[in-house]
Amino acid sequence: MRITVETALQHGLSADEYARIEATLGRAPTLEELGVFSVMWSEHCSYKSSRAYLRGLPTTGPRVLQGPGENAGAIDVGDGLAVVFKIESHNHPSFVEPFQGAATGVGGILRDIFTMGARPIANLNSLRFGSIDHPRTPFLLRGVVAGIGHYGNCIGVPTVGGEVSFDPGYDHNILVNAFTLGVVKADRIFRARATGVGNPVMYVGSRTGRDGIHGASLLASAEFDAESESKRPTVQVGDPFTEKLLLEACLELMSPALSHHLVAIQDMGAAGLTSSSTEMASRGGTGIDLDLSRVPLREVGVTPYEILLSESQERMLLVVHQGSEDAVRAVFEKWDLEAAVIGTVTDTQRLRCTFEGKVVVDLPIAPLTDDAPVYERPAVEPQSAEDGAKLDLRELPEPSDYNQTLLELVGSPNLCSREWVYRQYDSYVGGGSIVRPGSDAAVVRLPGTDKAVAMTVDCNSRLCLVDPYVGTISAVAEAARNLAASGAEPIGVTNCLNFGSPEKPEVMWQFQQAVAGLRDACVAFGTPVISGNVSFYNETEGRSIPPTPVIGMVGLLEDASQHVTQWFKSEGDAVVLLGRNREELGSSEYLAVAHHQVRGGVPWMDLEIERRLIRAVVSAAREGLLRSAHDVAEGGLAVALAECCISSETSAPLGARIEVEGGFRPDALLFGESHARMIVSVRRRHLTRLREIARRDDVPISVIGEVRGQRLEIGDLVGLDVGTLRECWRQGLTKALAGSADA
Amino acid sequence: MRWGVITFPGSNDDEQTAFVLERLLGETVVRLWHKDANVDGLDCVVLPGGFSYGDYLRCGAVARFSPIMGAVKAFAERGGIVLGICNGFQILCEAGLLPGALIRNRELDFLCRRAHVRVEDADTIFTNRCRRGDVLDLPVKHGEGCYVADEATLRSLEAGRQVVLRYTDAEGRVTPEANPNGSLGAIAGIRNARGNVFGLMPHPEHACEWIVGGEDGRKIFLSIVASGTLAAETPVPPVSSKVLSGP
Repeated sequence: MRITVETALQHGLSADEYARIEATLGRAPTLEELGVFSVMWSEHCSYKSSRAYLRGLPTTGPRVLQGPGENAGAIDVGDGLAVVFKIESHNHPSFVEPFQGAATGVGGILRDIFTMGARPIANLNSLRFGSIDHPRTPFLLRGVVAGIGHYGNCIGVPTVGGEVSFDPGYDHNILVNAFTLGVVKADRIFRARATGVGNPVMYVGSRTGRDGIHGASLLASAEFDAESESKRPTVQVGDPFTEKLLLEACLELMSPALSHHLVAIQDMGAAGLTSSSTEMASRGGTGIDLDLSRVPLREVGVTPYEILLSESQERMLLVVHQGSEDAVRAVFEKWDLEAAVIGTVTDTQRLRCTFEGKVVVDLPIAPLTDDAPVYERPAVEPQSAEDGAKLDLRELPEPSDYNQTLLELVGSPNLCSREWVYRQYDSYVGGGSIVRPGSDAAVVRLPGTDKAVAMTVDCNSRLCLVDPYVGTISAVAEAARNLAASGAEPIGVTNCLNFGSPEKPEVMWQFQQAVAGLRDACVAFGTPVISGNVSFYNETEGRSIPPTPVIGMVGLLEDASQHVTQWFKSEGDAVVLLGRNREELGSSEYLAVAHHQVRGGVPWMDLEIERRLIRAVVSAAREGLLRSAHDVAEGGLAVALAECCISSETSAPLGARIEVEGGFRPDALLFGESHARMIVSVRRRHLTRLREIARRDDVPISVIGEVRGQRLEIGDLVGLDVGTLRECWRQGLTKALAGSADA
Repeated sequence: MRWGVITFPGSNDDEQTAFVLERLLGETVVRLWHKDANVDGLDCVVLPGGFSYGDYLRCGAVARFSPIMGAVKAFAERGGIVLGICNGFQILCEAGLLPGALIRNRELDFLCRRAHVRVEDADTIFTNRCRRGDVLDLPVKHGEGCYVADEATLRSLEAGRQVVLRYTDAEGRVTPEANPNGSLGAIAGIRNARGNVFGLMPHPEHACEWIVGGEDGRKIFLSIVASGTLAAETPVPPVSSKVLSGP
């Protein structure tokens, strides 16, 4: 086959990029080589549009053992242990085939974690769907949730938290971001550097089939159009049982008794064998020779091109020491898995692949990795639609019945209970889940210690659409507050930046702003960014999603027993507001639900105030003062108070009598989404100490009421039976789904 | 007591079960691999939760053919204590060590939540540390936990007091809402007629510490420990020692 610029265009490369390939090689590439370039230079693998900006992120710190650049990042948590974590997108596949798309998203991120030698102990996910009324939403929601559950439950890693939201901006591009955290001995982290000329390269795990070919390039790195469903064959199919075997076999090989056999290990994820071999050689400063005829195959007749580009799941590439082949094979055979020597590490700094004795690929490594194209794409601030979006509170009628409005809010798709979702996830397996889904953050014990990690994933994309810089800072701040409300000190960040097409200057501007916000917020909180993922081209027929920089943040509890949950604990406890109420209703859930409007600016954000609030709350938790703590976020003060009353899975709801004065519009006071606020409940006798801490950190503090009875009463505006509130909140999602034709 | 915890390919709660027995209860645990051929010298064998062989066929349908299952059957026949939790319960049913079957949940979805179960009989190896009518708070997490059996089997289970645990609400009342999966007779756990094999869908091993899931699950394991200790004090009947020594 003669390769021309047309072939390159069909592979998703540009004409310029093809010219660059010819110039680099001094000849036309073979079909296989073109395939290799097309995946390695895809947006998904090369980060060509984002790399230049990501360099500005804070990635170092005293606890950081591994920053971005490996399969995942690692942070020291003391006692000789490290946590390894990362979040990754599987957006395009999940829209085309929700069950398998979401399932393999979980499978992929799990492999990134155990490749580092860490045993995964927690999964979280951040999901965004279109409007709940959109005809496709229930189908996608059911498929994605079932797929996540299928993979996580079967492999035996608990799914302990996450977020789900609905917005018409995702009608044609849903987001499925999967987060995994694992634990490893700090001195036993494995990396993916192919070293030692002559060392064998081994293939382990599932056989290679024809699934997922061009998943990274044509599916993940291109926008959708009317034909997108025809891309279903580019979606991989997951087998969590095989991955469970692969997980156990890999961790067994990495155990102290056997790890001396292993030089390097990398997951065959996006772009399969091509990217794993190339990246391992690149990091090791070496080359790799592969004999593709020796790759275990699922069927006959798979071509070398397909072998190189297949994204079949549950496969790993290893570099082992010479003479270790049999020992390694024995481990995988014990777990009934395939293991084959398919190549050798060389000193050529080239990727050389043969098939049935014929050379099909002979490429220098550098142009595929470090010297791949980097674009500084034009970025232009979008024409402000500000006049239309401006919010004049005088034009907004106040609710006539606050009880009704509060019930409407707690039952609305974005605020109601997520129980229908998380009850499909095994949140117990592993035995370490201290705080399971339904509180501000998940808390999981670090095995063999008294410590625990808290984890959360957050983003409010409505704010990011109005102002991507402040919106991203808000996402980081909310994540930090969620950890603090669980009693944990924030220690590190991973991120999944979901955007439209980088070829659009407006999208590129959003991206730049978001990265700047991420940088500034992470510097302020002292939380390095240790891993991450960029997902561009989330758009269909020219319409892009709202910018959605999802923040995964991890916090540490030195003493797991000091964890805090969001719901009230007992009658008589004082209810305290930390932080200040402001008259802000812009971009709020209240506006969307009660007034059917998305308008107004973003709430005031001050990183220094956020930092002080977090310090105060973490101190109070460590002193054992907090009976409960809950961040005030979407839905504002009233919804947060309602959640404090009704969100416990195991105990009966508790009422509260609240008096709160704002000196401004009551709907802004009750439903405004001002940042830097937290509702805590404490025993009366601890109020003095809490006040001292608040004064020390200069955090506004006011006792706003008491946990009491079976009604939530807020001034003379709200008076509701907590049982009624709870039913409305718990039924929200099932009702919305039942209301749709699909259900 | 000497416990054996089996790891099938796809077992997920084997580690946690061993952790509870060894670290929390101070018992001796032998880890068994599904390819092992014997379970000699043990007092109790546990088939843990998980997705053995991926459960791509019927749950437990492949695991029952694992080499170790022959040994488990022989062990049960000579009176050894066998405990099957969740997937372990499913395997015991598939292997014919317990009657009936576990099918897809009533709502068809995987379900993870707290469940209350009432102790129907405290005079068993597995519940002697409870009182009849006690309500235990345990997690369930399964896609196929709906217990079914034909009418005659159900009648004989009830008549023979083989229903050990039943789903109820916190006050011990059998209600449709309290039954998480649609099990017939709200059955959560049964024993065999001889009383030495017990299978249950809820997870006692995930309810043994106050900080993670409460402590009600301890009662099941401590009951077995109490029975084992008792058994050790009574002379071993000659018939079982003959079987133990082999042909």
